Amino acid sequence: MTSWPLLTVVTFLPLVGVLFILALVRGDEEATNRNARYMALWTSLATFLVSLLIWINFDKSKAGFQFVETLKWFELPGNYTLTYKMGVDGISMFFVLLATLLTPICVISAWTAVKERVREYMIAFLVLETLMVGTFCALDLVTFYVFFEGVLIPMFLIIGIWGGERRVYSAFKFVLYTLLGSILMLLAMFALYFQAGTTDIPALLAFAKDKGIDASMQTWLWLAFFASFAVKTPMWPVHTWLPDAHVEAPTAGSVMLAGVLLKMGGYGFLRFSLPMFPEASIYFTPLVYALSIVAIIYTSLVALAQEDMKKLVAYSSVAHMGFVTLGIFAATHQIKDKAVLGEQAVQGAIFQMLSHGIVSASLFLIVGVVYDRMHTRLIERYGGLVHRMPKYAFVFMVMMLASVGLPGTSGFVGEFLVLLGTFQANVWVAVLAASGVVLGCTYMLWLYRRVIFGQLVRADLKTITDLNFREVIVFAPLVLLVIWMGVYPSSFLDVIGPSVKGLVSDFKAAICARDAACFPGVVGAR
Amino acid sequence: MYTAAVFLPLLGAVIAGLFGRLIGDRLSQIITTGLLFLSAILGCIILWQFASTPNPQPTTIQVFTWIASGELRIPWALRYDMLSAVMVFVVTFCSAFIHLYSIGYMEGDSGIPRFFAYISLFTFAMLMLVTADNFVQMFFGWEGVGLCSYFLIGHDYHRDSANAAAIKAFVVNRVGDFGFALGIFAVFMIFGSLDFGTVLPAAQELAGKKIAFAGVMVDGQYALTIACILLFIGAMGKSAQFLLHTWLPDAMEGPTPVSALIHAATMVTAGVFMVVRLSPIFEYAPDALALVTVIGAITAFFAATIGLVQNDIKRVIAYSTCSQLGYMFFAAGVSAYPAAIFHLMTHAFFKALLFLGSGAVIHGMHHEQDMRKMGGLWSKMKPVAIVMWIGSLALAGIPFFAGYFSKDIILESAFGAETNVGYFAFWTGVAAALMTAFYSWRLLFMTFHLPYRGDPHTYEHIEKTPWTMMVPLIVLAAGAVVAGYLGYKSFVGEGWQSFWGPSIKIVGEHKALEHAHHSPIWVALLPAVVGVLGIALAWYAYMTSSRLPERLAAQHEPLYKFLLNKWYFDELYDAIFVRPAFWVGRLLWRGGDGKVIDGFGPDGIAATTIKTARRVAALQTGYVYHYAFAILVGVVVFVTLELFGVFRVLR
Repeated sequence: MTSWPLLTVVTFLPLVGVLFILALVRGDEEATNRNARYMALWTSLATFLVSLLIWINFDKSKAGFQFVETLKWFELPGNYTLTYKMGVDGISMFFVLLATLLTPICVISAWTAVKERVREYMIAFLVLETLMVGTFCALDLVTFYVFFEGVLIPMFLIIGIWGGERRVYSAFKFVLYTLLGSILMLLAMFALYFQAGTTDIPALLAFAKDKGIDASMQTWLWLAFFASFAVKTPMWPVHTWLPDAHVEAPTAGSVMLAGVLLKMGGYGFLRFSLPMFPEASIYFTPLVYALSIVAIIYTSLVALAQEDMKKLVAYSSVAHMGFVTLGIFAATHQIKDKAVLGEQAVQGAIFQMLSHGIVSASLFLIVGVVYDRMHTRLIERYGGLVHRMPKYAFVFMVMMLASVGLPGTSGFVGEFLVLLGTFQANVWVAVLAASGVVLGCTYMLWLYRRVIFGQLVRADLKTITDLNFREVIVFAPLVLLVIWMGVYPSSFLDVIGPSVKGLVSDFKAAICARDAACFPGVVGAR
Repeated sequence: MYTAAVFLPLLGAVIAGLFGRLIGDRLSQIITTGLLFLSAILGCIILWQFASTPNPQPTTIQVFTWIASGELRIPWALRYDMLSAVMVFVVTFCSAFIHLYSIGYMEGDSGIPRFFAYISLFTFAMLMLVTADNFVQMFFGWEGVGLCSYFLIGHDYHRDSANAAAIKAFVVNRVGDFGFALGIFAVFMIFGSLDFGTVLPAAQELAGKKIAFAGVMVDGQYALTIACILLFIGAMGKSAQFLLHTWLPDAMEGPTPVSALIHAATMVTAGVFMVVRLSPIFEYAPDALALVTVIGAITAFFAATIGLVQNDIKRVIAYSTCSQLGYMFFAAGVSAYPAAIFHLMTHAFFKALLFLGSGAVIHGMHHEQDMRKMGGLWSKMKPVAIVMWIGSLALAGIPFFAGYFSKDIILESAFGAETNVGYFAFWTGVAAALMTAFYSWRLLFMTFHLPYRGDPHTYEHIEKTPWTMMVPLIVLAAGAVVAGYLGYKSFVGEGWQSFWGPSIKIVGEHKALEHAHHSPIWVALLPAVVGVLGIALAWYAYMTSSRLPERLAAQHEPLYKFLLNKWYFDELYDAIFVRPAFWVGRLLWRGGDGKVIDGFGPDGIAATTIKTARRVAALQTGYVYHYAFAILVGVVVFVTLELFGVFRVLR
């Protein structure tokens, strides 16, 4: 099974679908649209099924990269060979699945909502899928950069063409913010190459662990990578593009943005910042703590004041991602004095990203359902929907509960592990972050109450219809997944675990290699 | 059998919840109620098994791994020992009869399958809580019961007040859960595990040892105290203790069976259960225990004062619940854990009885809850009036009714603790007992014995109490009479240690319960005496022509207002938490995000770029000598920088 390049197939299968759409989809407008939809659906479903093979064949006892494929791309002058290299480990594997799961869901959700330029819309999503999957699989700096930045293009178009009224402003804001960060990251990647003499990510990881990058250099490189990942995550105060982008993006665009694109920042921290710049990571941890806590409390309060449903969900995303950044960096704290590794926070952060990927995507879909019917996102225009839409109310309830982190849903596991790990690192940071959990339940419950409960008074809501079959198909897997991840998260944590343990123990090994005063503990598992 | 007792209610909840529309109201009721009675029978058998074994040892049933990360292992598992056997019995027994009662009470409601699904689900969550074998599963049950309580309070979702009360309950509980969660983290930090089996026996080795806690070396006892106080904050939220009590009276917006099950018999006692379950830790944190005692005593007193003046029949009983929970806490605080659980059990019977009785009254009165519009119901619904009398006699601690035994042992233990906080709890407890008797009989008189004061039409059409409602009332009334007498000897008698086995731990120096059996005669008699006194006072105030209540209210108007408005806690919290949160949220959004970040960030940069571009455009004059000059300046700057070695640094 591993003999054929699974990752390449998953990455480029959507592009094959694009080719088919370009080549075959012809005819009058109606036929074009219908065929484009079906083509996109079958392609994305096939991609998802193939991506499941990755999970099935993944060896969860190993910490390192699996399914590695290497291919010489072309040679450059100066004895440099550009390599195409792919591979996944426990950290990145589920992000691939997240992207392949959400794409068919996006296609189905846009089935009737998008009426103009359907062909192009479907193409944009398939291209986006390729780039997202590529980002999480790439094991070479250059390939990674191409995928990572390439994602911007289809997303820019999705917001800018199929978006709402202020779509152009939002699309530009989104691109400008992200570009600023990525230019710095590109420079840092050059510097990294000049330091280590390779763009191969596993080789870079080994270099950083054994030889180590010069400490002052680390600081600059860390900051440059941070600029890019912080915008993507997004962290406070570079988060203001997110609410605008979400509000203007079409539903499926928001789903992808919240579901997968935001995870690229957290993934970047785990793949680059932490293992390649360990000293700098420790140095900057207080900064990350501060920004994360501000994100959690500040955006929770801001979410409380929102009148637009999508904005509220967008702000809640920023708060939830605050837990992610907190968890990622909590493991670095005083690592050389500790006997235990404390990988709970990092595992929690990854799990929180996966959970948030499902939950926030669902919440945007939930907003999309009523937006398709009523063409407004203002909370005050709704109320008492449970009288007409019991199924909708149920789905919304499950996702709301997952969003507030109720035990038994996916939201709890990530938040709990992050806070547990953070508490071991720094009690006060954990206390402040935990207060965000109280605020989080306030704005979500209040939103739910205003939209779902109460009397159905508005005349235009009297005829609103409940979820149709297509929408039930969209939500059913998401609801099941949220409960599965909440009740039996082991099926995910067991896969993530060894790689995280490898990451953290390598981190400790790197620190201890250059610091005599280090607690002798677990060293080097990879 | 152990597993079935816990999961049968879940099965019922799933069937009624998912297929309720399909199978209809009646079948949903029969399935959920039937499964719960089955579960209750198992609960009785389990209790009997444990009670008939001297010194019963805990058994644990592993289901499967829940969360595993690093050295952290959290399973789904059921832990049965004497303590959980008692709790499982109380929960399933009360829940089964309240299911039955609800069939009659909810007749004609539009959401019957939903209602039954939620109370069955609630029962499951509560059972998970009491059989948890680790902190996180306990937290699961803890949040689960809170969630069901949220749904059931908001059962009438078209009513705004019900929705508001539901959210308030959830949010205030979350504040408590915040403490609970931090407590769990602290426990993990201290013990490196979250299993009861590992943590509970390990606590005794920590006292007096130096351990690393939050980055500093501290005394083990100090770390335990912090963990226990954090955990206790969680208990305060769930059990509506002073400062976090505000949600409980509002929770009366829910249907009356919900108040009986969740807000009287089971969920609100979860906090007490938690402290008792963790007695092996709390025993080594004396300062935390003192805090438990003081908060419990204050709540017992303060809630009783509010109960004196409320006019809504359910709110009187709600404040009474708050107050009785205070008793349980200070019992636990003076290390008389068996007494706390004993009172928990008797209270479950008589308070569920009182709520269900008041439910029968409300049902008969066509959903009138204001006692000022009641009266004269004695002749109309004599059986209900009789069971309400029994419940009140038990609540007031009149000899030979259930509450007498449990309240007596609590007050004697508080006295027997021979500590300052113990005496404080004793005297506030006695004062609260006086008020308890007073407001209970105020309720009985206003409802059943004073002349009728409401709408005459309603009085003529008072509805009969159906058998489904009457049977639970009679069963619980029987419990309220005999539970104290039956349980006294084994629960808190001299041989309590062999009854409870290792599930409750009291260290040698804490002798409150031992002393309670040899307390002075006046201490033993005082609770009963003040109980009778309270009844007599209520009779004098309401049944004679003294007009005492009106006169007192007029003479001490500020005090009356203060009590009527529940010490103004809602207003205070609204002013210092709720409104500022919204205000700050808007400020940060419009000001922080809008003006500052976007103003200086993207929007500002965009504006500056446009401005700069215009300026630059103006530079393009088209004259060659302008460009030549510019090039020259550029070269000079470049060379200068090179000379100063700037580029070398950059390389």
